[in-house]
Amino acid sequence: MRFADSIFAGRFGITARDLNRYLAEALSQGGDFADLYFEYLLTSSIGIDESIVKSASQGVSMGVGVRVIAGERTGYAYCDDLSPEKVLKAANVAAHIASGPSKIDKFNLNEGLRHNLYPVVTAPTETALSARVDLVKRADRAARAYDPRVFQVQAGYADNLRHVLVATSDGVLTMDCQPLARLSVTALARRDGETPQQGHSGGGGRVDLDFFLKDKPPEYFAREAAREAIAMLDAAEAPAGEMTVVLGPGWPGILLHEAVGHGLEADFNRKGVSAFSGRIGQKVASELCTVIDDGTILNRRGSLNVDDEGHPTQRNVLIENGVLRGYLQDKLSSTLMGAASTGSGRRESYAHIPMPRMTNTFMLAGQSDPDEIVRSVPKGLYCANFGGGQVDITNGNFVFSASESYLIEDGKITRPVRNATLIGNGPEALKYVSMVGHDLKLDEGVGTCGKAGQSVPVGLGIPTVKIDRMTVGGTA
Amino acid sequence: MNGIHLLELANDVVRKAVSAGASDAECTIGEGDEFSAEVRMREIESLKEAGSRGMGLRILVGQRTGSSYTSDLSGEGIERLVRSAFEIAEITTEDPFAGLPDAGELGSVEGDLKLYSTAIENLDPAHNIELAKQAEAAAFAADPRISNSDGASFDSGTSRHIFANSRGFSGEYRTSSCSLSASPVARDGDSMERDYWFSMARDPGGLQPAAEIGRIAAQRALRRLHPVKVDTQKVPVVFEPRTARSLLDSIFDAVHGMSIYRQESFLAGKLGERVAGENVTVIDDATLPGLFGTSPFDDEGVPSRRTPVIERGVLKSYLLNTYAARKLGMKTTGNASRGLAGNAGIGHGNFFLEAGVQTPDRIVAGISNGFFVTGLMGFGVNIVTGDYSRGATGMWIRNGELAFAVSEVTIAGNLRDMLLSVEAVGSDLEFSGAMAAPTLKIGEMTVGGK
Repeated sequence: MRFADSIFAGRFGITARDLNRYLAEALSQGGDFADLYFEYLLTSSIGIDESIVKSASQGVSMGVGVRVIAGERTGYAYCDDLSPEKVLKAANVAAHIASGPSKIDKFNLNEGLRHNLYPVVTAPTETALSARVDLVKRADRAARAYDPRVFQVQAGYADNLRHVLVATSDGVLTMDCQPLARLSVTALARRDGETPQQGHSGGGGRVDLDFFLKDKPPEYFAREAAREAIAMLDAAEAPAGEMTVVLGPGWPGILLHEAVGHGLEADFNRKGVSAFSGRIGQKVASELCTVIDDGTILNRRGSLNVDDEGHPTQRNVLIENGVLRGYLQDKLSSTLMGAASTGSGRRESYAHIPMPRMTNTFMLAGQSDPDEIVRSVPKGLYCANFGGGQVDITNGNFVFSASESYLIEDGKITRPVRNATLIGNGPEALKYVSMVGHDLKLDEGVGTCGKAGQSVPVGLGIPTVKIDRMTVGGTA
Repeated sequence: MNGIHLLELANDVVRKAVSAGASDAECTIGEGDEFSAEVRMREIESLKEAGSRGMGLRILVGQRTGSSYTSDLSGEGIERLVRSAFEIAEITTEDPFAGLPDAGELGSVEGDLKLYSTAIENLDPAHNIELAKQAEAAAFAADPRISNSDGASFDSGTSRHIFANSRGFSGEYRTSSCSLSASPVARDGDSMERDYWFSMARDPGGLQPAAEIGRIAAQRALRRLHPVKVDTQKVPVVFEPRTARSLLDSIFDAVHGMSIYRQESFLAGKLGERVAGENVTVIDDATLPGLFGTSPFDDEGVPSRRTPVIERGVLKSYLLNTYAARKLGMKTTGNASRGLAGNAGIGHGNFFLEAGVQTPDRIVAGISNGFFVTGLMGFGVNIVTGDYSRGATGMWIRNGELAFAVSEVTIAGNLRDMLLSVEAVGSDLEFSGAMAAPTLKIGEMTVGGK
C-alpha cells in the first residue's frame, strides 16, 4: 500500500507535509527521535448464549499517538481527533520531555519495502454480518450435537481491521492494514446431578472469512470444546509436587512464552531486572531446545508486516541448542543498548507507548516420536491443553494452568485430572527438557498477551516435550 | 465540549435511535484524561498526557438487540453509529428477556458521594514527578540491598460518565483518581526479588506519604530474598489483605448473575444455604463516599445500593443486572456494568469481606506450621467447579512466627471447602481499591513444592 492510497491520506486528507510538520513540532524542544502512530480501527463481535444471538456490536475508533525520545526519556501524548490543530497540540505536549533547541526540522520520509504476510482479499470486518453470525450458530449446534451431556454452549466471534500509519523522524513512513479474526467456543457438560465441567476451544488469525468456511469450520472448534468438557467429567484429583511432565504439541508452548519469552524482552534486561539479564551466551536450557520468536509467519495471529514502530518484523533466535542468543528489541532499548531493533516494538493502540513484545514464540521440532516420549514415563503428568500463564521476570518464576491433563502411569496416558497450575523457574526449567518430539504444532490462534496493562495478539507453538522435573499444583 | 452539551448529545442520540425505529435505546458517553509520570533510577523515564472520549449506543428493535460505538462524535460519526446499531439488530435473535429496566427502577443516589476532587485539576506535573522520585528514593534509602529499581510512578486522571435511555433516565457523574507506586528490586548474592507498594485515592491529599510507599515496597522486596521451595504438604494458609482480596475476586465471579443462570458457578442454586464459615460476611456497597467502587447509578441507570451477599456464612444474594434478574425471576441489584460496546455485563461496587476481631499477628501466632501468602500468580481458579490452584510466594510460619521466605510453590484446594474452612478473619480491613478483605486464615490447603 502506498501512502497516497491509505485511509489516512484518502479519508482524512493527511499529507506528507502534515507529517513533517507534526514531527518538527514533536522535536521542537530538542528531542532525539519522534514518531507518529495513526490508527483507524474497525471492530465487530457476535455472541451466542443458550442458542440465542444475544449480543453483537460494531464500532470504530481512531487516534494518533506522538512519541518523543530524549536520551532515556520518553514523552507521549495522544488524541482521538485527527485534525491538524489537535495533532500539533499532542506533538507539542510530547515535545516537552526534552528542553533545548531543536536539532532537526527536515525529515526525508521514505516508503520502505515490506513483506505482505496477510494477503487478505477481503477482511472479515468487510464481509456480510449475516455470514459471520452463521459461524456462532453453527458452533452452538455442533457443540450441542456432540454429546447429550453438553447442556450449555457459548460461542463468540470477533474480528477487527486495523489501519496504521507510522512516520518517524528517522525517515520511516510505513502503512499497514491488519486484519484479525477469532472464533471461540465454551461448552459445559454435566452427568446427572454432578458438578459440571467446562471445555474451551477457539482459533483464527490474520485471515479472511474463508478460513472459517473452509480450513477450520466452527464445527471443528465446537467439537473440540465439547470433547474437552466431556473428557473432564471423569477427572480425579490432580497430583501435587515435583514430577515428570509431558506437554502435548501446540498451545502448551505457553511454557516458552512465560518461562523465557518475557524474560528476554530487552526493556527488562536493559534495566537489569530480568532473571536473564547479562546471560547472553550462557546455557539456560537443555541442548534439545531451540526457541524462536518469528513475526513473519503467514496469516498467524502474532504476525505483523511491520511492528508498531514501523520496523519490519523478523525471525529472532532466542535460544539455540540451549544457549541464550538474543533479546527482543524495540527502538528505545536497542538504541540505548547499542543493538539493532528486532522488529519487536508493539503497542495495544495509539494510546499506548510501544515496548518490546513477542510475536509467535515456539520451539523447533526434535527427533523423538511423541508416543515414545509418553512410553518413557513410568509416572507423571500429560498436559494436553492450558489456560493462561504468568511470570515474575525478576526471580524468573512462572506458572501456567493446565485445563486438560492426564496421569501417565507405566508409559500410558490414563485418567484425566482436574485443573492444576504448574510452576517453575525460567532459567532452570528448560534444563530438564530430556526429549523433544518431531511434531511441532503452532496453536490455533487465540492468544493474547498482557504486559504493563497493554494487550496484544500473539502466537505459540511447541512439539511434544518431556520435562523431567516440574512442580504440579494439585491436591493429591 | 462542556458537560451540559455531552448529556444533551446522549439524549439526542437516544431520540435519533427511537425516531429511526428503535423500541428502546440507551446511550453511554465516556470522557477522560490521564497524566502519568514514571521515574527510574532517580531520573524521569516517561511522561504521558492525553484525553479521549467515546460513545456507545444500544438499541432494541422489539426483542432484538443491536450495539455500536464510536470515538467520532461528529454529526457524520453519530449517523454512522445509529445506522451501525440497526445493522446489528438485523442479525441478533429475539430474546424474550432482553430489555431496559422498568421506568420505576431507574434513579440515582442523592447526596455527595465524594467521587471528584477539584484538587486534581491543580496538580503540578513537577510536584507529581517529585513524589515519584521521593517514593523511589525512600526505597533505596531503606537498605543497601535495594540497588536497582523497576521504577516509581505517579498517575492521575479524571473521567465523566454520561448515560441516557429512552425510559426517561438521564444522568452523569465525574470521578477523579490519583495513585503513587514504587517497585524496587532487592539483590543479595544471586538472589534477586522485586515487589511493589502503591496508594490510590480520589483526592491527592488522601495518598499515603511517598516515603512510606517506598519503605513498604522495599521491605516487601527484601523479605522475599533467598526463598526456599518447601516440601509438598497440607497446612493452614494465611492470606494477607493484598492476596485475600483475590479470594473476593473469585467470590464475585461465583455470584455473578450471568454465571448463575448459566449454572457455571459452584454457588449457583445455593441461595439461603451455608456456603462459608459463620465468621464470613461479604457485602457489595456502591454507596460508600469517596471509594473506588462507588457510583450514583449503575450502567443501566439503576440507583446504586448496599447488597449483603454472604451473611454469617449464608448466601443471601447474587449480583444482578436487569437481564440476569429477569432470567432468574428476580430484581436487579443495581450491578449493571458496561463499556461502550455490547450489552450490559455485571460489575461490583465496593465488594468486601467484613473485618473480624483478631489482629494479623495473633492469627499467625496461633499457627505452628503454615504458609503466609504475600503473592499469587496465574489464573488457576475454576469457578464452575471451585477448583483452585495458583502459584504462590510468601513466608513460612514456624511456631507462630514468619520464619523464612518461600517461592516457586503452588497452593491448591477447592473454593467450596476453602470458604467453609475460614478459621480466622483479621481486624485489618482497608480499602485501596473497589475490592477489599482483611487477613484470612484457611484451615488447610495443599502446598505443592518439592
